[in-house]
Amino acid sequence: MARYRPLRAMLALGALCLVLGVSMGLEGGLNLGLKLSLCPVARAEQPSSVNPTAQSVKEQDLLKELHKVQGRGSIPDTKSYVIQQPAGRDWRQFHEVTLRWIGGIAILGMLALLLVFYLFRGMVRIEAGRSGRTLVRFNGFERFVHWMTAICFITLALTGLNITFGKELLLPYMEPQVFTEWSQWAKYAHNYASFPFTLGVVLIFLLWIAWNFPTPTDMRWLRQGGGIVGHEHPPARRFNAGQKAIYWVVVLVGGTMAASGYILMFPFYETDISQMQTAQMVHAIAGVIFVAIMLAHIYIGTIGMEGAFEAMGSGRVDVNWAREHHSLWLERQIAKGRVEEPPPPEGSPAPAE
Amino acid sequence: MARMKFLCDADRCIECNACVTACKNEHEVPWGINRRRVVTINDGKPGERSVSMACMHCTDAPCAAVCPVSCFYTTADGVVLHSKDLCIGCGYCFYACPFGAPQYPRVGNFGSRGKMDKCTFCAGGPETDLSKAEYEKYGSNRLAEGKLPLCAEMCSTKSLLAGDGEIIAEIFKERVIKRGYSSGAWGWQTAYRETVAT
Repeated sequence: MARYRPLRAMLALGALCLVLGVSMGLEGGLNLGLKLSLCPVARAEQPSSVNPTAQSVKEQDLLKELHKVQGRGSIPDTKSYVIQQPAGRDWRQFHEVTLRWIGGIAILGMLALLLVFYLFRGMVRIEAGRSGRTLVRFNGFERFVHWMTAICFITLALTGLNITFGKELLLPYMEPQVFTEWSQWAKYAHNYASFPFTLGVVLIFLLWIAWNFPTPTDMRWLRQGGGIVGHEHPPARRFNAGQKAIYWVVVLVGGTMAASGYILMFPFYETDISQMQTAQMVHAIAGVIFVAIMLAHIYIGTIGMEGAFEAMGSGRVDVNWAREHHSLWLERQIAKGRVEEPPPPEGSPAPAE
Repeated sequence: MARMKFLCDADRCIECNACVTACKNEHEVPWGINRRRVVTINDGKPGERSVSMACMHCTDAPCAAVCPVSCFYTTADGVVLHSKDLCIGCGYCFYACPFGAPQYPRVGNFGSRGKMDKCTFCAGGPETDLSKAEYEKYGSNRLAEGKLPLCAEMCSTKSLLAGDGEIIAEIFKERVIKRGYSSGAWGWQTAYRETVAT
């Protein structure tokens, strides 16, 4: 009996195929019949005119949903595939109105503040007078890094402000061709000064990081107004809380400036139009705030405080200046034997160098 | 004076790129600069539409507003033009332009883009009309010859319309009423703060 099983199975399969085939044929026939019978009905229900835009994209819908219109083009320039980005108008509003206000308030506000402060407080003197003894505050390399960064910063600041404020402040007073010539050079200067500036920020970060972590001394210094707002001389190590703040501004804001700046300098490498606009906005806002803060730094380093400039000038500061502003640092320097012996009494005080 | 405008009827555009070719040839535009381009939206899907886009010569043009050296000017015909002698190639007009119209000979070489180039509505530049200097910097000045932009003239389906804004809006409106559908006057609301009521 077992021998006949394959035969039976084959027969059963054949029968199944037959049944399936017939049913499929029937189904097909039925479909065809249905289609034939339905066709006149469908034709009758069709509107008199076709509407090919029933499924089509509509400009207003795209703008509402995506805020831009983008498609596929046939040229290698992929950024040209965006055919409409009304956000450009928002960026214009930022650049022409918002940024001018932020920049104007930050920079003019800081200048006004410094002026009022200077008139009120004047130059912070070395209260004990100059001792005539000096000690090294910044070595040659530190001063080189500071001034390289500073010169680049001033170049970048002036050429950068020219892009935003030049046409209002300079263009009305010069020939358009002359202003273009200057702005063209300013643009190149801005681009190329960015490299030594960025190097400077990196070196500043590495050079002085060890002395710039916040400590409890900073809290006391801040509470006493740093000796510049008040008249006390709170103790400080090599850098006080104000200098630490400037350090971190240079490192963090300077870093932001460099990062956003290089995005602008290498446009559309990894960015699209809205990211370029964002990069510009970050660069511009950080830039004007950076300028405002650095004005305060320049003030305190020059006319704001007696004996401060020579720290970055000759690199040596007077012992009495150090005692009043960096007492804890001076103690350590004395302990390490890094303070000059007093000069002979009859000799005139040596110049700063 | 007429207020010159472009209008691309996307329901007619067949993405033949004749406008692009006409423009490139008429003005001898260098390789890599595309004053006009055709972009297809929802390419390959039902309801895809192609739009030919160039400078729309906006009312209160954003490019002109943001230009740090004020090199843009608007002609009596409402055409937005610029001076390549004053342009410093900063790229700001591209960030502000809603239509991606400004083009630069070089992009990304430390941001030294070269002088910006864009659609002039076939109206040349600040140089003397039809002078050699004008042709070399901005291409031909068809408007000075009493002709309209070549891209629209060459459009095989008359999808791209160029000319007096009121007239082309009227043509577009009539078409839309007759055929009964429209995907919009692309860019008009953004460029001119008005659209064609259909």
